[in-house]
Amino acid sequence: MFDTVLDASVVGETDRLRELHLSAYRFMLQARLLDEKLASLYRAGKIHGGVFLSRGQEALSVAIGVSLRKTDVFAPLIRDSAGRLAFGETILDSLQTCLGSALGPMRGRDGNVHRGKPREGYLAMISHLGAMISVVNGTLFARRFKGVKDVVGVTCIGDGGTATGAFHEALNQAAVEKLPLVLVVANNQYAYSTPNDREFACADLTDRAVGYGITPHSVDGTDLTACLDVVGRAVAQARRGEGPQLVVASLLRLCGHGEHDDAGYIDPKKKNSPLGRDCLKVAEDILLNRQWADATEMAVWRNEALRIIETTVARVQREPAPDPFAEHWTAISTRDLRETHDELGV
Amino acid sequence: MSITYLEAIREAQAVALRDDPRVFIYGQDVAAFGGAFKATKNLAREFPGRVFDAPISEDAMIGMAVGAAVEGLRPIVEMQFADFSTAGFNQIVNQAATLFWRTKIPCSLTVRLPFGGTSGSGPFHSQSLETIYAHYPGLIVMTPATVEDAYSMLIAAVAIDDPVIFCEHKFLYYHLKAEALPSEALPVGKARIAREGRDLTIVAYSAMVHEALAAAAELAPEGWQIEVVDLRTVKPLDTDTVMASVARTGRLLCVGEAWPWGGVTAEVIARVASEGFGLLDVPPQRLNAKDTPIPYHPNLWAAHRPTARAIAVAARKMLRQ
Repeated sequence: MFDTVLDASVVGETDRLRELHLSAYRFMLQARLLDEKLASLYRAGKIHGGVFLSRGQEALSVAIGVSLRKTDVFAPLIRDSAGRLAFGETILDSLQTCLGSALGPMRGRDGNVHRGKPREGYLAMISHLGAMISVVNGTLFARRFKGVKDVVGVTCIGDGGTATGAFHEALNQAAVEKLPLVLVVANNQYAYSTPNDREFACADLTDRAVGYGITPHSVDGTDLTACLDVVGRAVAQARRGEGPQLVVASLLRLCGHGEHDDAGYIDPKKKNSPLGRDCLKVAEDILLNRQWADATEMAVWRNEALRIIETTVARVQREPAPDPFAEHWTAISTRDLRETHDELGV
Repeated sequence: MSITYLEAIREAQAVALRDDPRVFIYGQDVAAFGGAFKATKNLAREFPGRVFDAPISEDAMIGMAVGAAVEGLRPIVEMQFADFSTAGFNQIVNQAATLFWRTKIPCSLTVRLPFGGTSGSGPFHSQSLETIYAHYPGLIVMTPATVEDAYSMLIAAVAIDDPVIFCEHKFLYYHLKAEALPSEALPVGKARIAREGRDLTIVAYSAMVHEALAAAAELAPEGWQIEVVDLRTVKPLDTDTVMASVARTGRLLCVGEAWPWGGVTAEVIARVASEGFGLLDVPPQRLNAKDTPIPYHPNLWAAHRPTARAIAVAARKMLRQ
């Protein structure tokens, strides 16, 4: 959608910037309101399993979604509700998965953030951190093999995930193959409860890029303008054939790891530092200060998003749950090669 | 003219590359070098742009193949040794094996595992891992015992829409020969009666089929007619063929080169005991490798895995009951 470097001096650039910010802000707002709804459904006992919110990471995530095209590849991680919406996921898909509807993309077989539509370039994450990076590499490798050009693949990880072997193998692989991969690291300062100094010892995670022979980018993850600029540039560079890009964003998770977690381990000093700014509030200030939107418009967008969320929740709650008696219980697609042995025939 | 088990594997890949433009090969040293065992010899030259060297990154190799499968390609990944597939285990069992069930997208990839013991290979170049892969839902596990099956089953594996763990036995690579490659084959998932008999059924797969056949030959002059069932695929497991054989013989001995705890032999016995208990004249038995890492020295190695001699000894005990 938008993939050139932001430059306000170019004629027409201000209009483009304004549209980009407004679009991004509205996805951020939808994501935040959807998260709040999910949290209340969770507290009301309406959601099985965990709920994992994106609070504090919306600016970074949305910058990915608005920088990609429908024909690109996106493998979001746990805190990418804004990026998912901006890439084209519907609120319906999200709620059907979180509420376990049989009509949703995961059909009750998987839940919460483990959702996607792989044939649409929207991959469904597994829980093992770092594992999606090489899968994105594979999709990009395949597109090149098939002669498809002009493709970028983005995937996300946290500071904790950078400590995995899979992260290392996949970044090295992307560099060796010179793939158009953008890996976005949300350094939210804690891997669940473990602080950065127990996860890595390099001065900055962008230092890693040098070792892999890929291009590093740093960004303030609380600042929407900076995120749109830096992520957009990284995506554009990958699209131009400049090889893999590593974006490291500094921010703070403004919630627990999941809704079961009160995040009591987060240092209050960090909360009160610039890292602890709420990126949604920062984005609102940007729009207001530049007079790209006023409070009335924002209220309209908020009410509109709330209305869609409420009506979608009501719809999904009326949808059928998966039926264990109608389930095929076969893990492979080749039906005549499935295991037919069935203890006692029950 | 004769062709070895290893050459059959190479030919099967040539056929797959020739017949299907979606197929490519990815693995360590597989391109110009032709693979550590030469299973991809000359394929990079014959099929330019279709055979790719991978870094020593088993996790990323499988992850890459899964991504390519999502895009509709049919990757063949060569693990240099089956033992090293444990470094890619997560991607095999959690990514490849769950993809179809979670997302409706079939994951058409073949992982070739050169497996099993050869003298002098030691603990980390000898393992038989079919059991752990068969344990996970979402995978098909093939264990061909003959040159013909190595060829036809590998072609079939690449054509199957699901992830296939193709266990090719290193001991058979050079020793096993056939006169020609087959033009037709038994369906995948069907076991084969490798030798007919009426006194005892030995169920085996891969290299152990040949040990079982040698044991059967040893017992023949003593008047025993041993039936040998070659499972061909351990998952799906052809319980019907096993059960029919046990119905004929009344005695069941299962032989596997993998470790004893759980496993394919235990699964076969569990199924026969639960569904065909009345068919058994004597308690079913199994022979596996010893419950230790695989030893380096030939004296120790030969005693670690089941051999024709050990199978014959076990069979005699059962036949005298």
